Amino acid sequence: MKPAAFDYLRAHDAAEALEALHQEGGDARILAGGQSLFPMLNMRLARPKLLVDVMHVEAFGQIDDDGATLRIGAGVRQAMLERHVDLKVRQPMLAAALAWVGHAQTRARGTVCGSIAHADPSGELPLALLTLGGSVHLRTRKKRRVLAADAFTTGMMATRKGDDELIEAVSFPVALPGTGYAFRELGRRHGDFAIVACAAIVDARKTVLGIGGVADMPAKRDLPLPTSPDFADALNQFAWDLDARDDLHATGRYRRDLVRQLGRQTIEEAAACRV
Amino acid sequence: MPRLTADTRHPVSFTLNGSAVSGHAEPRMLLSDFLRHEIGATGTHLGCEHGVCGACTVQIDGGLARACLALAVQTEGAEVRTVEGLSPNGTDGGATLSILQEAFREHHGLQCGFCTPGFLVTLDAVFRDDLHASEEHIRAMLSGHLCRCTGYAPIIKAALAAQATLLARGAQPHPDDAMPKEDVHA
Repeated sequence: MKPAAFDYLRAHDAAEALEALHQEGGDARILAGGQSLFPMLNMRLARPKLLVDVMHVEAFGQIDDDGATLRIGAGVRQAMLERHVDLKVRQPMLAAALAWVGHAQTRARGTVCGSIAHADPSGELPLALLTLGGSVHLRTRKKRRVLAADAFTTGMMATRKGDDELIEAVSFPVALPGTGYAFRELGRRHGDFAIVACAAIVDARKTVLGIGGVADMPAKRDLPLPTSPDFADALNQFAWDLDARDDLHATGRYRRDLVRQLGRQTIEEAAACRV
Repeated sequence: MPRLTADTRHPVSFTLNGSAVSGHAEPRMLLSDFLRHEIGATGTHLGCEHGVCGACTVQIDGGLARACLALAVQTEGAEVRTVEGLSPNGTDGGATLSILQEAFREHHGLQCGFCTPGFLVTLDAVFRDDLHASEEHIRAMLSGHLCRCTGYAPIIKAALAAQATLLARGAQPHPDDAMPKEDVHA
C-alpha cells in the first residue's frame, strides 16, 4: 500500500499551480488535503506523474461571506469550515453535513473543494452542494468559469473539470428566511461511507430532497410539502427512480426504504426548523 | 521549493516532538514510513494504510492527521507530534507514562497495543483543546479509530479516568499551548 512514484511541486501561488497543470495536463493531480487522493494513490487506483500541492497558496485559504453565498477556497480544510463563526446560522445544512464527513482526524486535513472534486457518490459535501444549488469555480491558466453543482458532476467520481483546470472555490448559498434545512445519514459507523444520506430544504411552498449513496451521483428532486396528500407517493416515486442496487453494505430494497423513512425524517426536521 | 523529482531522495526536515529531525525521502514516501524507517520513530503504527483504522494518527501543526495520508515532503518545516512525545520525560525512552497512558494501563485500555498510539494521540488533542470534553465528544473523536481487542468500553473508561485526573490536577501546561488557537486542527 505505497503510492507509485510521482514528482511533487509545492505551489506558492495560483499561477504556479495552474502553469503546472497547463504543462502536464492529465498527468498532474492537485493535492489539497489529500484525504480522498491518498487512499487512491496508496491503492494505486490513481498514478499521477505529478502532485501539485496547493495548501501553501495563501489566496486559497479564504472563506468569504458576501451575504448571499459562502465562498470556500481550495485550501480551506473541512475542520476550518466547521469552526467558521455562525456556520450553523449561515447555512445549517452545511454545518449538519460536515459532522458526517469522514472522521475528525480526516476532517482536520481534508478540504471542502477536494471532496467536491473527488465526487464520491456517497460524499456529504457534493450532496449538500447539489441540494442547495451551489456552484463550482473553475480556473485554468487563462480563464475562469463557474458551473452549477448539477452541471459539474457527471457520474461516479466523474466531473466536467478539465485536466488543466483546478477548483479555486465552491459557493454554498446561505440560508434564506422562512426556510428550513436538515441533513441526516445512515452508515455502518459514524464516519464510514453513507448507505443513504439525505439533505432537505423546506419552505412555504415546496420541499427539495437530495439523496446520496444510492445512485452513481447525488440526486435531488422537488417534492410537495410533507403535509400534502401527494407527499408520500412523490417520495416513493423518487426512491424507485434512484434505481438502488444491492451491494456489500445494503440491498436495493433497504436503500429504497431508507430514502422513504430517513428522507421523511430529514424533511420533517427541516420543516420544523423553518424560521 | 523547486519541483521534487520522483526518482531522487530529497532532504526533509521538521520538528518531531520538540526536536529537529531530518532525513531523505522520495516524493512518494508517506509520512508514516518516513517516521518509522528514516527517523526510527516506530511508535506510530501502520494498520490499513488508507486512512480507515486510525493506528497511524499523529498531530501535524497541532491538528490530527493520518500519517498514512500525508507525504514526508508535505511536512517539511512542520511540527509533528507522535506517541513518543506523550511521555512527560522524553529522555527516559518512555519509561515514565503520562496521565493518559497510565489510565490506559490501569483500565485495560489496550491488549495487543497495536492501535493504542493512535487512540492516545487523538485523546491528547481532545484534552488539549477542551479538558471538559463531554463523553459524547470523546466517543465521537474515538470513532475514527479501530481496536479489535478491547471492545472499546475500557478505552472510554480510561479516557474518562484520565480526564478526571487531569481535571483534579488543574489544567496541565502542554507544549502546544503556545500555538495560536486558529492553528489547532488546521
